[in-house]
Amino acid sequence: MATDPHAASGPSGESTNDGMRVVVAWLVLSAIATPLVAIYVGPLIPPGNASVQGQGQVFDNQVMTALITPILCLLAVFFAYGLVRFHAKRSEGMLDGPPLRNDSRVQLLWIVITTAMVLFLAGFGTYELLKDGSGGGQGPNPIAFPANHQHAFQVQVIGQQWQFTYRYPSLGGLESNQLVLPANTTVELHVTSLDVVHSFWAVELGVKADANPGVDNVAYVQTRKPTTFHVRCAELCGLWHGYMFNNGRVVDQTQFSSWAAQAKKLYASIEPYMNKPESQGGAPYSHSYLPAPQRRAG
Amino acid sequence: MSEAAAAPSPPLWRQLIGFNLLTGIVLGVGGWYVGWFGAHAVVGPSLDYFDDIDYNELSVFLAYLGGVVGFLVGLGFLNYPIARLRGYPPSLREKETAGWTRYFSLCTDHKVVGIQYLWGVGLFFFIAGLNAMLIRTELLTPHSQVFPAGTYLTIVGMHGTMMMGIMTSAILGPFANYLVPLMIGSRRMAFPRIESFTFWLLMAAGTILTTTIFFGGFPTGWTGYAPLSNEANPGMDCYILFFALVGISMCLLGINMITTILTMRAPGLTWTRLPIFVWAVLSTAVLNVLAAPVLIAALSMEALDRTAQTSFYVAAAGGSNYLYENLFWIFGHPEVYILAIPGFGIVLELLPVFARKPLWGYRLAVAGMLGVSLLSWFVWQHHLFVSGINGDLRPFYMLSTELISIPTGFTFLCGMMTLWRGKIRFTVPMLFCLAWFFNFLIGGLSGVFLSDTPSDVSTHGSFFSMAHFHYTIMGGLVFTFFAAIYYWLPKMTGWELNERLGKIHFWTMFLFFNSTFAPLFAVGFLGQPRRVVTYPNGLQFLNDWVSISAYCLGFSMLIFLFNLIWSLAFVRKPAAANPWGSRSIEFQLPSPVPVHDFDRIPVFSSDPYGYGEGPAPNWVAPAGAPAGRE
Repeated sequence: MATDPHAASGPSGESTNDGMRVVVAWLVLSAIATPLVAIYVGPLIPPGNASVQGQGQVFDNQVMTALITPILCLLAVFFAYGLVRFHAKRSEGMLDGPPLRNDSRVQLLWIVITTAMVLFLAGFGTYELLKDGSGGGQGPNPIAFPANHQHAFQVQVIGQQWQFTYRYPSLGGLESNQLVLPANTTVELHVTSLDVVHSFWAVELGVKADANPGVDNVAYVQTRKPTTFHVRCAELCGLWHGYMFNNGRVVDQTQFSSWAAQAKKLYASIEPYMNKPESQGGAPYSHSYLPAPQRRAG
Repeated sequence: MSEAAAAPSPPLWRQLIGFNLLTGIVLGVGGWYVGWFGAHAVVGPSLDYFDDIDYNELSVFLAYLGGVVGFLVGLGFLNYPIARLRGYPPSLREKETAGWTRYFSLCTDHKVVGIQYLWGVGLFFFIAGLNAMLIRTELLTPHSQVFPAGTYLTIVGMHGTMMMGIMTSAILGPFANYLVPLMIGSRRMAFPRIESFTFWLLMAAGTILTTTIFFGGFPTGWTGYAPLSNEANPGMDCYILFFALVGISMCLLGINMITTILTMRAPGLTWTRLPIFVWAVLSTAVLNVLAAPVLIAALSMEALDRTAQTSFYVAAAGGSNYLYENLFWIFGHPEVYILAIPGFGIVLELLPVFARKPLWGYRLAVAGMLGVSLLSWFVWQHHLFVSGINGDLRPFYMLSTELISIPTGFTFLCGMMTLWRGKIRFTVPMLFCLAWFFNFLIGGLSGVFLSDTPSDVSTHGSFFSMAHFHYTIMGGLVFTFFAAIYYWLPKMTGWELNERLGKIHFWTMFLFFNSTFAPLFAVGFLGQPRRVVTYPNGLQFLNDWVSISAYCLGFSMLIFLFNLIWSLAFVRKPAAANPWGSRSIEFQLPSPVPVHDFDRIPVFSSDPYGYGEGPAPNWVAPAGAPAGRE
């Protein structure tokens, strides 16, 4: 394994050019690709604009795709150039490369850049999270609130094997198997479970909150225009987990009022049983998921 | 496989009698029935008092525990302790068994255990891979067509549990057991019987998990979340026992590795001369030792909940499912780095050989692995971002999760700078190592979305996260697993693998791996949760694409299997001692490595990466070396 005299002769002009070529190609490629990806690819990533929280997530995804594009470009340029340029020719036999063992400047640069990116990402993510809660379940004591959350429209989401029930305290404890939400409203979802762990996922609204037995998991979402969305269970909950889904609607105020009136009429016959404790003939769970006093986690 | 030890062997029937696998299976089955009927005799009458128990869970547990004990006794694990109690002197005589029978028995030769591990892990990898094929068959159509929902969940659970349980030892089992003693110039592991014990315990565990199908399977997936596992079939007990036994095996394997690396290095092998693969094994072994007991604790409480009617995880009786979730992920996140770090080690170990350059930034690479190992303890609640657990710490877990990309980046930098200006040879192991960069990059960058809490709200628990961890684990572990096989198997068996078939295997695997898992990112974003048997009709095209790619990915594994059988059983082309031109010490030994490894303990004078720094040193037989230990 003889040493290659050309390669071992230190950073000659030839090798400097290699580094410069990669850096220049990377800068050019990143400068072109990053804005294109951020503007055209980022917004394609769901959940979309059905809610303020969904919009926030789309913006997050846009920023992150913009941030990772230069990394992808660097690796692409490096490997495309390096594997072609430094490919050992069969005719040369087995030659050794230059014994380069370290370069503290490259190490320092790499550490500084990756650390800066990571700290930016963490700071940015924290800001976005605390701004409005991002639609995630925050447990019984939320720390991130959207605007106007004191007057939020409350809905309880009760998971059980294998369906969700939605309870509206402001409509006299009305319970329905359809999730209907008023448009342009801040909604406070109280997610709980009667048996095992479920996860309430309103796909297009960008809302996800685990439903735990005995725990009140609060998530906020600000609806926008009338639309429809899918609800799925996102935590494995047993045999018919795959069938635990239904559709929800966001409707304007007048439609919501008429839906509420209809639903009240529809469910009038079972209403007497809903608000009583179990001992008085009520549904077995009607006392366990009221928003106040909130049940604490763990 | 060692022809050197070809003494006249006794007839076959005589070899079958004694402490070996056959006796182990017989006693294992016997122990199973003893436990089963024993528990029925003791507990059966009292079942009438509890109307909510419809199955005797205790008998399942005791049956399998009896089976495991019988199996291990049959293999001869009690012989040595009993001999010592009776006053016999310490020895390593199990090492002296010769011939093929030692592969089916308790053997204290680290090379035999390595090869046992390779076939054992390969067997369960194959079974778990078949389960993946069945999953994709079901997902060809949006509705439940092929399997009933319960069967489907059992298949999903077996695939995940087997991969996450058995594959923790995919590299530490075969390659670390085989290579670490060679690389550090020791003739054996620190605890050779425990080394063999970890292997046979892992095989017993894998068998137990496979038999879950006789008890109705289990519905929880590999995470085994608690309130659901309390109500599950007795098949759940198989899951609990499997993971608990795997945990014991992992923990002991880790203790063995740490002790060996700390205390048995040959003269001259300072910490900065240690091969980087050994550093990776050390970083992983620390995680093994510390993480596995947490899992065993979590599963013990689950076993008590199921058998003794305790309520650790039952909210209605004062327990909490968060207890299980926290304990599981305190184990579970280091666990995924137990899978990933050995891959880092193999990539950085192989790149210098095939780039003909020293490993660039040795200390940075070591710092990267130790950093990942340390940080992996502080990230577990990113699995619980939307779980409703106290939300105040989410920014911290977001930060810690993103911090872990800094030491991971060290591995990338060291690998890339090692390639830079090298003389790169595209051999089969090198192709698998280069694919690691691509796969792990995609896996890591998709992890950025999952670590960001706002974005994680949508991606959590969806096929996006499933695609992410297949890119990191299959792309990071399984690709390097194959790199290690192509690189070291000629050394281990003494026969070459076919290079052309190896290249076909690589390209089909790489292509169809990406074709399988890249679309799943989109599937996840479009709202398909993990582990569902149905999905919206609109996602059928993507799912069918993925299923067909997955079949092709499975086919690429058959190419490998064909290569393995063809090369090892039929062609049998003897491998050169140093086919790759490596400077590492195991390539200074003949292929296959002789039974006693070294004639004398080697004396190291440098690290094994001095390419371009003069002729390769020979540490195995240096002139005037001092007499070795043992």
